[in-house]
Amino acid sequence: MSPVLDIRDLSVAYRTPSGDVRAVSHVNLSLSPGEVVGLCGESGSGKSTLAYGATRLLRPPAVITSGEVLYSGKRTGSPVDLLQMSHHALRQTRWADIAIVFQSAMNALNPVLRVRDQILDAIKAHEKMPKADAHEKAASLLDLVGIPRDRLRSYPHELSGGMRQRVMIAMALAADPEVVIMDEPTTALDVVVQRDILAQIVELKERLGFSVLFITHDMSLLLELADRIAVMYAGQLMELGSSAALKDSPAHPYTQGLLQSFPSLRGARRDLAGIPGSPPDLRDLPKGCPFVPRCGHAVDACAEVDMSLIPVPGARAAHVTACPIVLPGAAQPAPASAPAEGALS
Amino acid sequence: MSDAPAPSAATPAGVTSAAAGHGPLAMEAIGLSKDFRLGRGKTLHAVRDVSFSLYKGAVVALVGESGSGKSTVARMLAGQERPTAGTMTLNGEPVHLSSGRAFRRFKTEVQYVFQDPFSSLNPVHNVGYHLSRPVRLHQGRDVDVQQQVTALLEQVRLTPAAQFAPKYPHELSGGQRQRVSFARALAAQPKVLLADEPVSMLDVSIRLEMLNLLDDLRKRLSLALLYITHDIASARYFADEVLVMYAGQVVERGPAEEVTQLPAHPYTQLLISSAPDPDNLGSVLKSGNSAARAGGTAGGPAAVGCPFSTRCPLADDRCRAENPALHQLTAVRAAACWRLSEAAPALAGGAA
Amino acid sequence: MTMLSTAPATELPGARAGARPGALSGLAATWRRLPATAKAGAFLLLFFILAAIIGPEVAPYAPGLQTPLANEAPSGAHLLGTTATGQDVLSQLLTGIRLTLELAFWVGVIATALAVLFGVTAAFLGGIWDELLSLLTNVFLVIPALPLLILLLGLMPGKGQLPTILVLSGLGWPWGARVIRAQTLMIRNRDFIAAARETGEHSWRIIVFELIPNEVSLIAASFVNTVLYAIGASVALAFVGLADLTSFSLGTILYWAQSGNALQQSYWWWFVPPGVAVALIGTALVMLNTGIDELGNPRLRDVRNATKIAGRRIWPTDPTPVVGAANGHRGKLASFLHSFSRGSLLEEEPADQAPLKKAGELR
Repeated sequence: MSPVLDIRDLSVAYRTPSGDVRAVSHVNLSLSPGEVVGLCGESGSGKSTLAYGATRLLRPPAVITSGEVLYSGKRTGSPVDLLQMSHHALRQTRWADIAIVFQSAMNALNPVLRVRDQILDAIKAHEKMPKADAHEKAASLLDLVGIPRDRLRSYPHELSGGMRQRVMIAMALAADPEVVIMDEPTTALDVVVQRDILAQIVELKERLGFSVLFITHDMSLLLELADRIAVMYAGQLMELGSSAALKDSPAHPYTQGLLQSFPSLRGARRDLAGIPGSPPDLRDLPKGCPFVPRCGHAVDACAEVDMSLIPVPGARAAHVTACPIVLPGAAQPAPASAPAEGALS
Repeated sequence: MSDAPAPSAATPAGVTSAAAGHGPLAMEAIGLSKDFRLGRGKTLHAVRDVSFSLYKGAVVALVGESGSGKSTVARMLAGQERPTAGTMTLNGEPVHLSSGRAFRRFKTEVQYVFQDPFSSLNPVHNVGYHLSRPVRLHQGRDVDVQQQVTALLEQVRLTPAAQFAPKYPHELSGGQRQRVSFARALAAQPKVLLADEPVSMLDVSIRLEMLNLLDDLRKRLSLALLYITHDIASARYFADEVLVMYAGQVVERGPAEEVTQLPAHPYTQLLISSAPDPDNLGSVLKSGNSAARAGGTAGGPAAVGCPFSTRCPLADDRCRAENPALHQLTAVRAAACWRLSEAAPALAGGAA
Repeated sequence: MTMLSTAPATELPGARAGARPGALSGLAATWRRLPATAKAGAFLLLFFILAAIIGPEVAPYAPGLQTPLANEAPSGAHLLGTTATGQDVLSQLLTGIRLTLELAFWVGVIATALAVLFGVTAAFLGGIWDELLSLLTNVFLVIPALPLLILLLGLMPGKGQLPTILVLSGLGWPWGARVIRAQTLMIRNRDFIAAARETGEHSWRIIVFELIPNEVSLIAASFVNTVLYAIGASVALAFVGLADLTSFSLGTILYWAQSGNALQQSYWWWFVPPGVAVALIGTALVMLNTGIDELGNPRLRDVRNATKIAGRRIWPTDPTPVVGAANGHRGKLASFLHSFSRGSLLEEEPADQAPLKKAGELR
């Protein structure tokens, strides 16, 4: 099955007077129809930059320095490269084929327009239909996300956080996209609302058949939600595999560390430590693997690693990692081998 | 450390605090309430009749979602907000923050740590200045400020201290800034530390290290720690006693392990079941089973009766009419619910 | 600095260099970051300041010295010609620059001090004090300035430097006060102010050492604005005769030029030099202010730096540029010339980071 969105060798940099800051370096990621792919990372990982760079929404001084982003959906036939498209063609592809749900709904919704007008804007930008039909479509979109129709006349500040996020989702679905990119859609919401909204997203996905690229720092959420998970650090892909594979046999020390960072509610109370050190400074990355300063398994050879993704030995499904040294199932190093004090966060 | 917990007015329903065994009583909140007047005659009851005790060397967690009132409680304890009703005691004496001098004396005992590492440090001053000010203010004039600042930096593991003291906030990472915030609070040598979501704005991978640091400081300095969070999993990991807040009220309290493993109140049960579970891969989320949506989120807290009655699957007429008080379940646990016999049959049977 | 934004932020990942107050190296770093307009403005202003300091000492004649050579065009003896009473225009100009700049500087200092006092107090104390002070500020803002200035100065016993300074300062603070009040309201709610209270600082220390240092660039901009206002207002007042007409400020030169019919008689050397001086000083101040604005708001600098990538102007609504494609648009000559520019340096791959090709992803 050919992927609906195929990101190949994408690199994004920020041009500054003192040189380029490489926010994303040579990332390969693809999305199949109906799949939920999780993009996991912390600050400086480049996960949002990757998604917005692929859809060319980044503002200067961002530039795309390499790669191609191939989209092959029902409307286009053969794959088209988003990076080569004209502005006009891009505008048509965005939202109609690839939609984005932004991180903070309070900032993404226009505070002086009613909900109805904002949804109508999204509809009208991609389909010509009589006013009555457009209104009906807007109302049915709200039905889709479980918001009472009378809220069409509300302003964003009159809705709760969860409802605003649902409005964003409804708007994203307005043009019937094939790919929905969600950037931390539930981070600002409480866990109960979060679970509700995620269940809603999964239900809509089953019903309407779109693929989801879900960006978040919450690995425990992705383990429940996503089919495959891509872990990013300092702008590069560290590991990619099914969520079951990452949970049972994480092959990269960073993934292992991340999994150790979430205290669990159920099961035994383990003693956890997270990952020592600070988030990476993209202007000052070490040679080879960027995770070396915080990695308990680091050896001299790590500075020579070329960061290409290699298959994990013994893996059932496609599971790749950028670390050729650590095998899955390797024990976490004892704290004594943690990096020197000066590197503490 | 005393064996028997100190008697205290802040333990309603005859329940003893799970934190009591760790040390002497440091601070108490008794019946604290806070109302905010909104325009057009409406009042927001942000906090309603909250009581608890803080003991030296123990961690009490206030868990709740945004709007639950937990931050307002912390601010009242810090002296930043004046309670509409209720009192606080410190070392057994009631707290009166009527004058600036009384406030400053209060600050030598009770310190508050801010949530946002990016805005809680002044961008025009370096780390050394941030720490030397409280040292000068709280440790008198004869003390060697430089040495104290170095000691503080070492306490929060920002070493070598000489390297960090001249740095400005924008040169530090979020985790480092938060450590400076801790050091600043510790410079006053307080007995009580109020940590309002101290790690929620930090990267996930460094959160546990920061909590471990707080834990370490708590043990070494015998601090009474109030830990405010929305993440009940970290409360289980870190706290001795957990108080769950909803709509300004404490709906459940008890030892952290027990409350999270065997929640009694329907809201706590909902929180626990909604939190992402890294150990549960065969989750309903993947299969898109919408029946899993427990209770839905329609409706905010009820104005009359139990605030959770608008969302509670067990709510009946009494719940909608009368607001339940905390009801004792065991010696150290209590929950505010009329339907405990259905919600937590294993516990309700042993109620006094 | 908020971390929320709709479209992806152009905040650069990693630590961002900020202003370093105090140190001399900080001053040098600040200078380097200013835009070209601000640097030009600074140099222009410096020229006039030097003229003000040493000008009257090196003036060829006393400005009031009358000679029989009336209304003479510029010549070897009088580089800028003479007035109707044979006075040397150049000497008058040099004196005028000093007097005007001196006055404007003092008005700037006093009015800015008042603006800071009222603005910060109103915002910090809040409540009834804020209401009263804001009322006062707004009243002053609403009353038409020039008529009031004329009225007040007309009522003053003398019309020399000091009364003018007092009157101009008294009416020059409200605008700055408003702006500073708005900024203080924003800063007052930030956590580090509450944290200073937590530490136990007294209110006055919080205002002076925690709050105001964060407003330095705003106060500087307000100062420059006030100086600009003072120059314009003092020249206008002098022009209508409300000044010490025996002195030689730029405004009084213009007054005498006007009453000597210099415009009608085309004695351009009498009114053009002072007029140009006023215009240039004003321009220099405005140019300097753009730089100060940028220091206070680093986003403006990012916007300035970011609009040109690979030699092409990028509009905010353009899709993210793809660097490989951009080069195709440039012709051979343009490419050759471009290779000399600083912009081309940014396009080269840094030597130590050869492209790392990754294996194709397995499906």
